[in-house]
Amino acid sequence: MSAFAKSEANETFVLNLGPQHPATHGVLRVKLTMDGEYIVEAEPVLGYIHRMHEKMGENRTWAQFLPNTGRMDYLHALAYNHGYVSVVERAAGIAVPERAEYLRVITAELNRVSSHLLWFGAFILDLGGFSPLLYAFDDREHILDLLESVTGSRLTYCYFRFGGVYNDIDENFVAGTRAFIKRLRDRMPMYHNLVTKNIILMTRLKEIGPISAEMCRKYGATGPVCRGSGINFDVRKHEPYSVYPEFDFEVPVYEQCDSMARYMVRMDEIEQSLRIVEQALDKLPDGPVMAEKVPKIIKPPKGDYYHAVETARGSFGVRVVSDGSNTPYRLKLRAPTFSNLSLFGEACQGMLLPDALALMGSLDLVIPEIDR
Amino acid sequence: MIDYLREIISGTWSLFVGLGITIRYFFQPVVTVQYPYETLPMTPRFRGHIELVKDEETGETKCIVCGMCQKACPSNCITVNGEKREGVKGKVLTEYTLDFTKCSLCGLCVESCTPKAITFSKDYNLAGVRKEAYIFDLKKRLEAKN
Ligand code: SF4
Ligand code: SF4
Repeated sequence: MSAFAKSEANETFVLNLGPQHPATHGVLRVKLTMDGEYIVEAEPVLGYIHRMHEKMGENRTWAQFLPNTGRMDYLHALAYNHGYVSVVERAAGIAVPERAEYLRVITAELNRVSSHLLWFGAFILDLGGFSPLLYAFDDREHILDLLESVTGSRLTYCYFRFGGVYNDIDENFVAGTRAFIKRLRDRMPMYHNLVTKNIILMTRLKEIGPISAEMCRKYGATGPVCRGSGINFDVRKHEPYSVYPEFDFEVPVYEQCDSMARYMVRMDEIEQSLRIVEQALDKLPDGPVMAEKVPKIIKPPKGDYYHAVETARGSFGVRVVSDGSNTPYRLKLRAPTFSNLSLFGEACQGMLLPDALALMGSLDLVIPEIDR
Repeated sequence: MIDYLREIISGTWSLFVGLGITIRYFFQPVVTVQYPYETLPMTPRFRGHIELVKDEETGETKCIVCGMCQKACPSNCITVNGEKREGVKGKVLTEYTLDFTKCSLCGLCVESCTPKAITFSKDYNLAGVRKEAYIFDLKKRLEAKN
């Protein structure tokens, strides 16, 4: 705990962070009890954009819930698509052609890179540096263009279908993706020179916002947050789904537990995702992109099914309970950022306000996904 | 003491490296597009709001008023109505309304349409001040095109 200067009279005041704070790209309110510049207590207040996604899912057919998945985590929509279609495929026993799985991995990993790039820009913006955002958006724009050319949309994708994907890719996409991988690899050293090695960034992040492995376990934090605290856990590696076991990639883990570690995890993950995309393009099998016998109206047999995927922010799990009808009986969504945010209250106690903002930025919060 | 000085020097150097990068990029070509004056081409698969397809042979719509799109839509934005007419097989489309205020551009309607009577338009400049501006009468739009 840092030097915690208690004022004589023990006076505290309440500071509202949000609901429209520019540093939290969404509507999250944090009620901070402050003692001068130090935080005594922080209480995140959620629910400003609660849209009842779970209830919506229970009120429409299995297929009609598909567009909702892209609207929870709008930055990594394809992973959410993936989680939902996988659990329904598991429930209904639909086999997916291999090419479709490859396409899912390629697009989801590109989407992960775009999510990390946006986080990178926004995080530095939170810390007060404006220009890296523009560089990151320049690269991200290329990914959006690529994904738009196959999925038809730029942000809230609805590309995966039960039994496959909606569109096949073409030569232009393959060539464009390869060119993009090369481009981003060439740009990464620039990012490191411009930002990572910058003395101001280092002093603002190193040893700031410690989150211990124990705290991660206590609150169920996943994704780069737990990997920055030395926990080697990645759903893609440890509970493999789709065709991920066929690719050779590493899970970046840093032991320092500070904001810098979480920053480094994400920067390394960009490279790992590029590796996955590259291998997937090399091995891409031919064949159909949609299973042949997918019933028009899906009615999975009675039962309780669960599937988790690794999104850019951690593990996203979908649990569906089917009663054999054409709508889910229960749909439970486990969103990673909700758990990652829960530890904020404990982690930021006794911290200076600007440091707490750095910590919050390093958690990579996507508010619509917390509120669902 | 030595470490302290070293940190100052390497720290200052890191700032100059960053400045060097921004200066280098300053002299490189601009990557942004001056939007209303310049536009980028749309990708062929861009999914705008839906539109009725014209049958090349008859010049009419291909829609057979089966109502599948209406049923598939998660947000109930489509209203399809048809009537029986003398001497025409099947139903004739009398109304096709899309409430674009609710549409999530998911494309489930297009996929569910067996005769391929609807498709995505390439419209993206959709700004308006009234809700009514987004209740599209697709049948009229198709006729206006003819
Ligand atoms: S795109 Fe989706 S939401 Fe829009 S009209 Fe079609 S089915 Fe309905
Ligand atoms: S599914 Fe196609 S044919 Fe049927 S009502 Fe809709 S547009 Fe017409």
